[in-house]
Amino acid sequence: MPLPWIVVLLPWAGALALAAIAAPRLAARVNIGVAALTFPLALLLLFQPHGVQGWTRVDALNAPFVALAAFIGLTTAVFSAGQLDAERFDALRLRAYHAAFQLFLGAQALALLSDNLGIMWVAIEIATLASVLMVAVHNTPAAIEAAWKFFLLCGVGIALALFGTIVLYLAAQAVGGAGEAGLSWASLHAVAAECDPGLLNLAFVFLLVGYGTKAGLVPLHAWLPDAEAEGPIAISAVLSGLLLNAALMAVLRAKAIVGANPEAVAPGPFLLALGLASVLLAGVSLWRRADARRFFGWSSVGHMGMAAFAFGLGGAAANLAGLLHMAGHSVVKSAIFFGVGLSARIKGSQRLADIGGLIGTHPLLGWGLALAIAAVAGLPPFLLFASEFLLLQETAGRAWWLALPLALGLFLTVAAKVAALQRLCLGDPTPDAAEAPGRAARLSAVVPLWLHLGLALLLGLLMPPALAGLMAEAARIPG
Amino acid sequence: MTFGQLPYDVAHLLGGIMVLLSFVLLYQRRVSAVIGAFAVQGGVLAAAAAWQAWVQGSPHLYVTALIALVAKAALIPLALRALVRRLDLHRTVETALGIGPSLIAGVAVVALAILVVLPVTARVAIGTREEMALALSVILLGMLMMITRRNAILQVVGLMSMENGLILAAVGAAGMPLVVELSTAALVLLAFVVGGVFVFQIRERFDSVDIGFLEIHRGERR
Repeated sequence: MPLPWIVVLLPWAGALALAAIAAPRLAARVNIGVAALTFPLALLLLFQPHGVQGWTRVDALNAPFVALAAFIGLTTAVFSAGQLDAERFDALRLRAYHAAFQLFLGAQALALLSDNLGIMWVAIEIATLASVLMVAVHNTPAAIEAAWKFFLLCGVGIALALFGTIVLYLAAQAVGGAGEAGLSWASLHAVAAECDPGLLNLAFVFLLVGYGTKAGLVPLHAWLPDAEAEGPIAISAVLSGLLLNAALMAVLRAKAIVGANPEAVAPGPFLLALGLASVLLAGVSLWRRADARRFFGWSSVGHMGMAAFAFGLGGAAANLAGLLHMAGHSVVKSAIFFGVGLSARIKGSQRLADIGGLIGTHPLLGWGLALAIAAVAGLPPFLLFASEFLLLQETAGRAWWLALPLALGLFLTVAAKVAALQRLCLGDPTPDAAEAPGRAARLSAVVPLWLHLGLALLLGLLMPPALAGLMAEAARIPG
Repeated sequence: MTFGQLPYDVAHLLGGIMVLLSFVLLYQRRVSAVIGAFAVQGGVLAAAAAWQAWVQGSPHLYVTALIALVAKAALIPLALRALVRRLDLHRTVETALGIGPSLIAGVAVVALAILVVLPVTARVAIGTREEMALALSVILLGMLMMITRRNAILQVVGLMSMENGLILAAVGAAGMPLVVELSTAALVLLAFVVGGVFVFQIRERFDSVDIGFLEIHRGERR
């Protein structure tokens, strides 16, 4: 069996097993075990020869992201094991939770790896399915509202994306790409120049709106902050870190196909507009948030907007900035959710006003969270600083009139995050909740948090040359 | 294959009936009538898929037809009816937009679908063109239904009606691979969510599946 298939099927086999395990400690351990087995296999993908294996493909564009996703899957499984007792699941929900977690990990890996656009759609659909029920799992009215919004908006989104996929097939069929080849990204990319430009335009609009909804681009973002605020924190961490990447990668692949036809509409300006709208709206909205998890959900909207903006600008340098931004955001945002999850547990509330002065009372957590917020704000020396700097430099050089609103949006988000950093980590400590989390629960959040920070620092300062080469190669693929 | 030939005419007729049923979904006020119209649409979809299977000579489309018949025309409507009964939901529903304006918007949406699809599909096989226009109409009408209805069950019906349109498009695109897989995957999501409402007893938490009620829990107003 080809390695990419194992990376998908192993978590799914794990999900089947976990659906049967009702003992909390055993289930948490099996969950970590499956993620720990998947991680080295996903790392091996980096060294695989690039090419197509049936419905999947390995190329420079997806291999680094699958490896990163497996790493985040592993740390999130560790985090989840430590927080399990605080979620207060009954046996049914416990089994559903662990199964959904692994189902989600396998599905987003498949979404990244699939060459066949139909399979990619199915994978994103499965990832949605797994996460919708998990957002609702606590069964509070707010959770139901969030899950309902998530389900309806993303249901419409993926329906539109499927229509786009069908139209894309029709375009390929007219130039002889019938059968399996009509949905293969590689062959579509190759024949795109001969396809009917009108059909490609139609397909692109539907794919952009469809997968753009899942990627949380404004004005299709409404579900994202709500979904991030509800459900188990581990699910928020992987939703923000992994699902958004998989969806944005789908948009990028669609853009690559349409961009290969000179007569079709230029896809760049669409992405630029949605990206800029996301950055600006996030910049404004961040100031009005009272809920910590919703705050960082909005921050994801802004970051996805930034990456979409970079892809809209196009060209190797801007694409590289976008890809680095996606990677950096995944690493740092999941770290933030670990920190916020533990803080919310310590303080007994996830409102920004109820969490304060963490550095004074819980130095390891407080400093970790402070650095993670600084990293997500794009302050040096972390990876997001490198990508944002590259993006601003590229924009200023090629379209200075776009650099102004982008810089304004960036400034607003950075300022809002620094303000949040001061409130959460510095300032006067707020009272702790009566029930303090145990040592294991604290370690299981703090250790992954610092690990992620180390990774973001390493990638920002001295990215291994082989990986840098791979990313540079990836940046040339979408054009 | 052109107008006046049986394969084309029947496919066109079935697609047209599906659009008509989408309009029925748009103006019905009673929940049970909406579910009934949805079941009929599922049955017509099954017939359309079976017809395409026969015309295109691709037997795997019979599987799609069978899935549509069993799930869309029978199981899901039955489950929805059970849900309405068991949760004792309101039997009649208010619309966010009046029936008249909804229907006018529906006509506009169908015109839009035709204006969008026909010009760009000049190189696509005749027959497929019209099928795509009808399918896009069903999709957009389903979306319109989700916008104009404030009741949760009816929004799910709207989403499933959108999905009917998708499957109509997929079976109409001759030789499209993975149609069975795609239609099954689309179904599974909806089935799981409807099932999730059952299993997790979501009803216990709020008194109405009216979305208007949920809105007070939205955002930061808690």
